[in-house]
Amino acid sequence: MIQVKNLRKEFGSKVAVDDVSFKVEKGEVLGFLGPNGAGKSTTMRMVTGYFRPTSGSVSLGGIDMLDEPEKAKQILGYLPENAPLYSDMTVASFLGFCAELRGIHGAARTKAIDRVLDLCFLDKVRNQSVDTLSKGYRHRTCFAQSIIHDPEVLILDEPTDGLDPNQKHEVRGMIKRMGQNKAIIFSTHILEEVDAACSRAMIIDRGKVVADGTPEQLRKIVPGCNSLDEVFRSITRSETAKKGE
Amino acid sequence: MNKRDIENTLTVFKREFLAYFNSPVLYVIVVIFLLASQGFAFFFSRILDSDDVSLATRFFVWHPWIYTVLAPAVGMRLWSEEHRLGTIELLMTMPVSPWQAILGKFFAAAFVWAIGLGLTFTIAMTVGYLGDPDSGPIISGYVASYLYAMACLAVTSAISAFTRSQVVCFIISVAFCLVIALIGDPGITQAIVNAVPNGFEWLVRFVSYFSFMDHFFEMTKGIFVLRDVLYFISVIAAALLVTDLGLRSKRA
Repeated sequence: MIQVKNLRKEFGSKVAVDDVSFKVEKGEVLGFLGPNGAGKSTTMRMVTGYFRPTSGSVSLGGIDMLDEPEKAKQILGYLPENAPLYSDMTVASFLGFCAELRGIHGAARTKAIDRVLDLCFLDKVRNQSVDTLSKGYRHRTCFAQSIIHDPEVLILDEPTDGLDPNQKHEVRGMIKRMGQNKAIIFSTHILEEVDAACSRAMIIDRGKVVADGTPEQLRKIVPGCNSLDEVFRSITRSETAKKGE
Repeated sequence: MNKRDIENTLTVFKREFLAYFNSPVLYVIVVIFLLASQGFAFFFSRILDSDDVSLATRFFVWHPWIYTVLAPAVGMRLWSEEHRLGTIELLMTMPVSPWQAILGKFFAAAFVWAIGLGLTFTIAMTVGYLGDPDSGPIISGYVASYLYAMACLAVTSAISAFTRSQVVCFIISVAFCLVIALIGDPGITQAIVNAVPNGFEWLVRFVSYFSFMDHFFEMTKGIFVLRDVLYFISVIAAALLVTDLGLRSKRA
């Protein structure tokens, strides 16, 4: 469903993402782990067609992102970091706008809005201005936008950031449920989320993939480590140590 | 142009226009524009005291200066706001082409001006009541005025694509529109010609040829020449192309 080949991104002389390749099939939930500034968001922005890669290719559902961006974006849902929203709109009108850009009009539009309002627990605020929402609601509104067209590919940049523990639990559950018939990538700093929602995880450090496997496989990568937390720290820290040499 | 192009452009247009409509911007700008355009005509140009009912020298003549300040005030939010809120990332990962978004937004701002300029119809009625003016120059004056506003707006759109700050966009756009208005002024052109070394006169004249002013005044005089209309349309097209470049550079 998602196929990424030799993706590379340079900003000036700085290499943000260096030769990243991976595949995500339908029914898979891939967790993107890595320290801050490791290149997670940059990779996701290239997969969603927002950034143009310096080299490499991305295809969604067999459609090349660089050749036919509008067609590839049709099957994609994306929650950017920090959940941006148009502050002058209400929740329902914002979702309506997104639905229309996805080609959903008329009665189907109303139905799609109602469906995601219900899924993301936004019924209470449907006519409230986005400006006046709390962070959790804003986040869920943006999340609702990403699933309004029931996409086959879902990319979520820190979907649980800024949510309270109950909401986090709910969102993880939702990702896991949706992962049964979609290809999902989500990034996170919270390692428990990997066990809670992912079928596979990838650790990225300084633009490179340093580990890729099921949560169980990852736990066994570094001898002597029992938890993901320890593995994460030993992999990414050893890289940092090398830099210091 | 296929159906999808039109639908997406319309969707962006609708959202953008509602954003103007739901904020004070639309009302403030339209009211200030009406006050300024009518005030200048009645109090500075003393349109009622003259025997001459031509709108060109008493009404339209002020418009370039009003647009220099007010058009950037309308256009500055177009892309700066998208950058600041981060919604550009949403918009550009939707199945929408940059051109559909650029045109949708531009038309929304253009529609704000259509309302503002449209509401000055009372002055056309006034001169029609007081005298017996030719309708030709009035119509071509309105077309010229609207095209001038659109050119300023397109320039602002281009500058807003490069910055996340509306204030920066506003100041640079006003400066740009001011310069492009001034270089067409015969007095100023002559002053610069006198100041530059010999042999560079042609360059000054060449640059001044790009001013909006000449084309604007030709049209308000009632000389409706395709050349002047095409000039404004190509300025608008060029500025929107630069908008596209600006958006690309931010995503590169």
